[in-house]
Amino acid sequence: MAIKLNVNGRDHAVDVDPETPLLWVLRDALGLTGTKFGCGIAQCGACTVQVDGEAKRSCVTPVRLVAGRAVTTVEGLGAGDSLHPLQQAWLDEDVVQCGYCQTGQLMSAAALLRSNPAPSDQEIDLAMSGNICRCGAYDRIRKAIHRAARGGRKEGA
Amino acid sequence: MNATRRRFLKVSALAGGGFALGFSLPRLTRAAAAAQDGADGEDGAALTAFLRVHADGRIVFVSPNVEMGQGVFTSHSMIVAEELDADIERFEAQHSPVDEAYNNPFFGAMGTGGSTSTPAFWMPLRRAGAAARAMLLAAAAARWGVPVDRLRTDRGRVIGPGGAALTYGELATEAARQSPPEAPALKDPSKFRIIGKSTRRIEGPEKVTGRAKFGLDLKLPGMLTAVVARPPVFGGSSRAVRNESDILAMPGVRKVKRIPSGIAVLAESYWQAKRACDRLDVDWDQGPNRDLSSDGLYQRYEALARTPGLVAEDHGQAESRLQSRAGEVIEATFFMPYLAHAPMEPLNATAHVRDGEAEVWAGTYLQTVDRANVADRLGLKPEQVQLHTLLAGGAFGRRANTKSDFIMDAVEAALGEGVPVKVVWTREDDIRGGMYRPLAVHRIEATLGEGGRPEAWRQRVVTQSILAGTPFESAMVHDGVDETSVEGAAEMPYAVPHRRIELHSPQLGVTPLWWRSVGHTHTAFAGEHFLDILARAAKQDPVEYRRKLLDGGDPRLLGVLNLAAETAGWGKRLPEGHAHGVALRKSFSSYVCEIFECSLGPDGIPVTHRVTCAVDVGIAVNPWNIEQQVQGAVVYGLTAALYGAIDFEGGRVRQSNFHDYRMLRMHELPRIDVHIVTSSEPPTGIGEPGVPPVAPALANAKLALSGEPTYRLPFVRTTRRA
Repeated sequence: MAIKLNVNGRDHAVDVDPETPLLWVLRDALGLTGTKFGCGIAQCGACTVQVDGEAKRSCVTPVRLVAGRAVTTVEGLGAGDSLHPLQQAWLDEDVVQCGYCQTGQLMSAAALLRSNPAPSDQEIDLAMSGNICRCGAYDRIRKAIHRAARGGRKEGA
Repeated sequence: MNATRRRFLKVSALAGGGFALGFSLPRLTRAAAAAQDGADGEDGAALTAFLRVHADGRIVFVSPNVEMGQGVFTSHSMIVAEELDADIERFEAQHSPVDEAYNNPFFGAMGTGGSTSTPAFWMPLRRAGAAARAMLLAAAAARWGVPVDRLRTDRGRVIGPGGAALTYGELATEAARQSPPEAPALKDPSKFRIIGKSTRRIEGPEKVTGRAKFGLDLKLPGMLTAVVARPPVFGGSSRAVRNESDILAMPGVRKVKRIPSGIAVLAESYWQAKRACDRLDVDWDQGPNRDLSSDGLYQRYEALARTPGLVAEDHGQAESRLQSRAGEVIEATFFMPYLAHAPMEPLNATAHVRDGEAEVWAGTYLQTVDRANVADRLGLKPEQVQLHTLLAGGAFGRRANTKSDFIMDAVEAALGEGVPVKVVWTREDDIRGGMYRPLAVHRIEATLGEGGRPEAWRQRVVTQSILAGTPFESAMVHDGVDETSVEGAAEMPYAVPHRRIELHSPQLGVTPLWWRSVGHTHTAFAGEHFLDILARAAKQDPVEYRRKLLDGGDPRLLGVLNLAAETAGWGKRLPEGHAHGVALRKSFSSYVCEIFECSLGPDGIPVTHRVTCAVDVGIAVNPWNIEQQVQGAVVYGLTAALYGAIDFEGGRVRQSNFHDYRMLRMHELPRIDVHIVTSSEPPTGIGEPGVPPVAPALANAKLALSGEPTYRLPFVRTTRRA
């Protein structure tokens, strides 16, 4: 039986086992490969998406649980062709190295700023500690979140 | 010698130094030109093998090196742009096809590694940029009918008499018909305007929007996805699948097949393959390694370290000095576990095997060997195998291996299927799949002489050879001594008059591999921590001690030591309960000193507050990238020093995923400052050299705080020690 999903504002009906993790529905059924597979057990955050604005690990979220709810992936983070302020801050601070975890980092950061528009270092650490970056870009991730929270201005500017 | 090894061209020095290769401009071979033309279905004129200029002004850098996070797309585009006199903003990058035009000059084959990309391609890319510029100038001269010496270039344009101007894009097609000069004039480095200026990653926009395609993101028509059930013990094999018909009846499952690495389940999607693979009931033959345990290995290696090994280096009379002063010998034995690389993107590869040809897609970077391995397996010529290099979501050494293990999985799974098959490793497959930094035990004995300086130093290294049995063996294993096993222990930079380095290389069923900074991962810990143990015995300051031992030695090592000491405030007062630890290493021709400021946490585990790094990489091509690589290396090294261990028990790996193979997370991040020495020496690599000083600097800080040496890594054990 098809499951109805709303992803990035678009309605989809997917014919999959309802226990399939949302991650694999996004990647394999909908072709939205910006959401990444890293561990499969909600330990690394590479698969982070937002469900009704909250950060969720899509690798352990059965697709049946998001039926009828609003799913946002990195492909829907910006408005149309324009970048989300966090994506712009990520570029301005030159955050990415291999870049594989960064879409998940961005989705966690976006959920953080939605609930806390001006987070402290400690609040950022708390919200972001579920996202592993094996390249070790943490310092720049933190700076980019602060930068986006400042409306894109450089530190001290 | 097997076919793969024959095909593998001559391997010259892996790590810098000693290469006498001429840096001629690689020919734009027919294959390279054809592959470029077909690369993205666009036109654009190939000017040398390394770049293509499009009519709209876009310049595509064709990268012989994989982009795996180390920033090579950007730093190499900068080198080309500098000599081409183009704007770096107009650059894009793509991976090259497999062709000798793209061989790494240090390897004689295609490959990324040993932090060689920048030193190996520095001159070829400068020459390519300069040659392309000369071709553009010649094309403009022909178009305008004026002598070339009346023309100049200005950031992507050729300027002629009276201010006439043509863009590179407008000239590209005509320029491609010019022959490249053999020895184009290069810029005076004092005129560099791009090299040395921090530049943002050119592939950044794709990576923050999710558009970047990593190997795992590949989707092809009719493609199946496979997950492999692997033997629980290295060297094991499957006797039978007891429930094959049940598995085949599961949704989406197309096939269950035995491949050399295990039982592959092919299905229409990953999740279907994974679920079916989890339900496989396989009768495994455990094979010969069922009793393997890390504790057993440590005991065996420690016993070996008490017996003479093969001599890797012998200066003076270390043996007799140690014997004659037996009562004064200071000794220590260090134990370091297996480590998995654990790149964020799980290993994967896709293969499509057709009649008389094959196509492979992977984030890989020993492509000449990979292609030869695939061709050998399929009975094809290498030219009949098309290997597409894709972005790698981290690698740290794992995605370059001479067995091409993850690629061969895909080839085996795809063989006979007629459709492309992608094999995806789960994180558990990755953590338990071998190709580890090999477990190592070092035993060092030393005596102190005049002024408390080390007089005699004997170090016995026990670790598996990474290079034995690979195409690198003939060049880098000498009389049984794998130079990567003792790198940095042999040729130590300190003035120690009597020193002897010995090596035992046990052979085991666990596969070893280079892991970000290779042998330095263990030799730097043992050597640099032991040096602090000696400094303490001699009641001397560790930085002063090193300065004395470097007197008359390599000034660049002393340079980074002094810069780090000065910027960290070595010797100045620190907050209550804090102490500094220092470690210094030249690796891959680059120089790094790190000073860790730590306090002691619960259970005596050091907590790092601040890390000060000083690096000398010659000309700093992209300073931001150097900073990122060093910060990342500190995180990588700290993760391993604090938490990293792959432990065997009953032949099985105890760890399985990130909950028990723990990673450093943002809340544990210390402040990391990176200071770069200004230099006009030729550039050297920085992907790896930030890692070696981390563990010893951390241990040296703990030694300063507690008086206790650290004999075993990691500091924190997340699983029970037997």
